Amino acid sequence: MADKLIFYFFAAIAVGGAVLTVTRRNAVHSAIFLITSLLATAGVFLQLRAEFLFIVQIILYVGGIMVLFVFVIMLVNLDVSLQQLQFSRQKWVALIVALALAGQVGVMFWSAEKLPGQILPGVTAAAADRLPPNSEAVARSLFSTYLLPFEIASILLLVAMIGAVVMAKKRT
Amino acid sequence: MQPAVQATMEFLKLYWVPLLCGVIIVALLPLIAGYIVLVERKLMADMQVRLGPMRVGPHGLLQPIADALKLLIKEDIIPENSDALVFWLAPVLSVGAALLALAGLAIGPAFQVAQDINIGILFVVGISAMGIFGIVLGGWASNSHYSLMGALRSSAQLVSYETAAGMALVAGLLFAGTLNIKAIVDAQQSAGVWFGLLSPVALFTYLVASIAETNRAPFDLPEAESELVAGYMTEFSGFRWALYFLAEYTNMVVVASVATTLFLGGWLRPFASVHWLDFLDYFPTLLMVLIGVYCLIRVPKQPSRVHQLFMLAVAALCFVVALVLLAPVILPIAHPFKAGILGSFWFLLKVSLYLYLFMWLRFTLPRYRFDQLMRLGWHFLIPLSIINVLLVGIALIAGSYFQLQGWALLLATTPAAVIGLVAAIVLLSVEQKTHSAAAPSAAADFYGG
Repeated sequence: MADKLIFYFFAAIAVGGAVLTVTRRNAVHSAIFLITSLLATAGVFLQLRAEFLFIVQIILYVGGIMVLFVFVIMLVNLDVSLQQLQFSRQKWVALIVALALAGQVGVMFWSAEKLPGQILPGVTAAAADRLPPNSEAVARSLFSTYLLPFEIASILLLVAMIGAVVMAKKRT
Repeated sequence: MQPAVQATMEFLKLYWVPLLCGVIIVALLPLIAGYIVLVERKLMADMQVRLGPMRVGPHGLLQPIADALKLLIKEDIIPENSDALVFWLAPVLSVGAALLALAGLAIGPAFQVAQDINIGILFVVGISAMGIFGIVLGGWASNSHYSLMGALRSSAQLVSYETAAGMALVAGLLFAGTLNIKAIVDAQQSAGVWFGLLSPVALFTYLVASIAETNRAPFDLPEAESELVAGYMTEFSGFRWALYFLAEYTNMVVVASVATTLFLGGWLRPFASVHWLDFLDYFPTLLMVLIGVYCLIRVPKQPSRVHQLFMLAVAALCFVVALVLLAPVILPIAHPFKAGILGSFWFLLKVSLYLYLFMWLRFTLPRYRFDQLMRLGWHFLIPLSIINVLLVGIALIAGSYFQLQGWALLLATTPAAVIGLVAAIVLLSVEQKTHSAAAPSAAADFYGG
C-alpha cells in the first residue's frame, strides 16, 4: 500500500514536471521542471529498490547533463525565444504518433492481464527483499554478460567526445 | 489499539536514532558553521599577525551569534527585474542539497541518519553536487551581469573538477571494494592501514578538487570580489545570503567528511588494530583537559568580570567533555557506545584538521586566473587522477598475486605512488612548456577571466 502511494506520488510529479517542461515559455523554468521530473524518476527507481539506478540518475542526469543544459540556456537571449512560435505545426503527424504509442502501451497492459504471474510480458518479478546489492549486480552483469556492448558503448562515447573537442577547437 | 501502539514502538525503535541525528544536524549546523567562520577569521588574523574579532564575548566567542542576528534582521531585498520565484528557490536548493548530503555520512559507527545505505558514498557525492543548481539559478535569477558571470564560472568549474574528484574517489574505493560508508571504514580497520597512506596521490587529487568544488580560495573564482563584486551572491542580502553561506560551509564539512571516511580512516583512531597503542584512547580526554586548563590560565587576564565568568564556563565545558570522553575508556560500557563516543571524537578531529588545511591554503595561496584554473583541472588533475586509478589497479593485482595484506600492501602501492608522482611532475613540465609563452586565451575573455 505504502509502496503504491509512493510510486503514484513520484509518478505524478514526474508527469506533471514533464508537461510543464514543454509548456513553459521561459527556457530556464522549463529546465527547472525537467530537473524536477528527472528527480521524481529517480524517486521511482528508489521505490523499486534500485538504489544504484537512483543515484546514477541523479549524478548523471541531474548533476551532469542538466548543469550543462542550464549553462547553455543562461546564455540564450530569452526575449527572442519568447517571440517565437512555441509548438511546431505538424499537428496531425504528432497526433498519429501519439495515438500509435498509446495503443502500444494499452496492448501491453491488456496482454499483461492475460498472463497471470507476470507484471509485463517477458519480465518476471523478483521479491524486493531478495534483490542482490544493486551496484554489485549491475557491475557483474556489465563486466561479464554484457561486456562487449558495454565496451562498444564506451568507444562510441569516446569517439563522440573526441569529435566534439575537434569541432570546438579553433582552426588556425 | 494495542497493535497500533506496538507498531509505533517498532517505528520508533527503527527510526529514532536517525530522526534524532537529523534534528540535531539541522538544528546545530548553522551554529557550527558560524563557529567555523569564527575559527577561520581568527586563523586569518593569526596568520596576518592581527587579533581578529575581539569585541563580542571574550576573544570574540559570541561573534557568530551576533552575526547571525544581524543577518536575520537585515532588510530582505529582491531586485525588481529578477525572477522572484527562482530567486527564492535558489538558496533553498543550495542549503537543502548540502544538508541532505550530510544524511548519508557517518560521524561514528552509530551516528548516521540514513543508516547503512548500500550506495553510501555515491549518495553523498551525488546529492551534494546538486547544490550547484542553487548557485547557477541564483546567479541567473538575479538578472545582473556579475551574478551571471559568477554562476557561469561556478558551473564550469564544478563540472570540470567533479571528474577529478570522482576519479580520486574511485582509486580509494578500489581498496575498499564497497560503497557503503560503514563497510569502507571497517575495511580500513581490517587492513590496519588508512587508504590515504596506500594512495597519497588520490588523497592529494581529492584535496585539490574538493577545494575547487566548494569554491574556496585559491579557486574562489565564482565570487572573486576583485573582479565580480561577489559573484552569484551579489544581489542576495540578509537571510538569503546567510543561507548561501551556510551551504558553502556545510559543503566544506561534507567534502572533509568524505575525505576522512575514505582516506583518513573515518572514526578509527590512528593504528586502530595495534593493541599496545591502546593508550591513545586517553588522548581525547587529555586534549580536552589541556584546553580547559589553558582557559583557566587565561581567566585572570580577561578585561571584565563577565569575560572572566564566560572563560570559566568554557573551561568547565571542556572538563565536562573530557569526562564524557574518559567514561568509555574506564567504565565497563558496552562496545557500541565506547566506539561511538571515541569514534565521533576522532572523526570530528580529522574533519577539523582537514578544514584547517583548507583555511591554511586559503590564506597562503593567491587566487588563480580562470584560464589557469581550467588548465589545472583539465591538463593536470584529470590525467593524473586517471593515471592513478590505473596504477592503483595494477598495484592491487600485484598485491593479490604476492598475497600482500595490510601494511605489506604498501610494498605494492608505494611504487605506484612514486610513478604517480613522476607522472605528475611530467604533466606539470609539459603543461608549463606548452603554455608559458601563450597569453590568456580567448576562452578567458569569454568567462570574464
